[in-house]
Amino acid sequence: MYTQSFNVPDQAGQKTVAVTPSTEDAELMARFDARIDADGRIEPQDWMPEAYRKTLVRQISQHAHSEIVGMLPEGNWISRAPSLKRKAILIAKVQDEGGHGLYLYSAAETLGTSRDQLLEGLHSGKAKYSSIFNYPTLNWADVGAIGWLVDGAAIMNQIPLCRCSYGPYSRAMVRVCKEESFHQRQGYEALLVMMKGTQAQRDMVQDAVNRLWWKCLAMFGPPDADSPNSAQGMRWGIKRISNDDLRQKFVDATVPQAKVLGITLPDPDLKWNEARQHYDYGQIDWQEFWDTVEGNGPCNKERLATRVKAHNDGQWVRDAAQAYARKQQERAMKEAA
Amino acid sequence: MNTTALKEWPLWEIFVRSKQGLEHKHCGSLHAADASQALHMARDVYTRRQEGVSIWVVPSAAITASNPDEKGEFFDPAADKIYRHPTFYEIPDEVGHM
Repeated sequence: MYTQSFNVPDQAGQKTVAVTPSTEDAELMARFDARIDADGRIEPQDWMPEAYRKTLVRQISQHAHSEIVGMLPEGNWISRAPSLKRKAILIAKVQDEGGHGLYLYSAAETLGTSRDQLLEGLHSGKAKYSSIFNYPTLNWADVGAIGWLVDGAAIMNQIPLCRCSYGPYSRAMVRVCKEESFHQRQGYEALLVMMKGTQAQRDMVQDAVNRLWWKCLAMFGPPDADSPNSAQGMRWGIKRISNDDLRQKFVDATVPQAKVLGITLPDPDLKWNEARQHYDYGQIDWQEFWDTVEGNGPCNKERLATRVKAHNDGQWVRDAAQAYARKQQERAMKEAA
Repeated sequence: MNTTALKEWPLWEIFVRSKQGLEHKHCGSLHAADASQALHMARDVYTRRQEGVSIWVVPSAAITASNPDEKGEFFDPAADKIYRHPTFYEIPDEVGHM
């Protein structure tokens, strides 16, 4: 499961959401603020400022889209998994991602946006999803590295979201986090097995980590200084920990794991800082990140096209299920009459 | 792809009993064409790790909910009746647990 600490605007020109409550809303606004300040939760039927609603729809739907698109790079490897055991594990993981997408779409729908509208946003390219999936999975070790690093980064991001101020989102995240640790552990273990294999297998692991490491650091989103929406997200209790703090937590947790695994993280600047009691790390290429978000990553077009085709190819199934349900209903009514 | 809301499968609320002896608990919602499909999908989505022994599916539209805007008045009658709680009553220590 994957979220990018996504405060990425869906469409250009919509960089920040204005927060200007009208006078008649002032009292409702005060009550809303008081509840947020008391660390209370907001539920679907409660009054909420339009900007809060919009921010949540954008964030939860981007999160849901990430789950669904995230099935694609791993799905590529189901038919090529090296053993029946790994195949069964991978199917279970990809199925989980589909489930996570569903929990999240359901949470977004409670804000008054229909599933069709949400999917339309994804399929038309208007809505974003985590850019990590716009990179190819070139060898089997990529599947392990995705579990270890991408899911690992996602877990860092998602644990604080379990305390998000919007009830349905936080409940969905609790469910997701419960299922998530299997994803990271299976990936790490798959890599461990390869590291005990031949030199060629060890090289595959190192190659996968080399390609994914920086993309994973970017998953936490732009540096705090360049995240205009972060402060508002914090104010609203949607975001609990800043992008840079989460990134640091991830680096600190991952370095010892890499050591046990026996690979090198591809960053010459990565070293322990005794004064900070954290690892220092090098510069992230944000230009590349934004290029990919804007649709120019190596696989953006392919991923979206695959997703749209899968949806369109499934149209007859949705139609048939509905026709069948209607027929059953008519039959029941006729029998009752 | 401009499908209208009417084209969507209806929404169902899902309740799962995690084990015999416990109540069914709301765990989420999903879209399905009819009740039996909703049951099958709920099984695949919410009980992949043996989280349940029984599932209820209820059309979301069939649920009547109290109005959050009237939460104050609606629940007010219970607010001043602290004598409904056992801790309201002082019982001498020598009585022990009661």
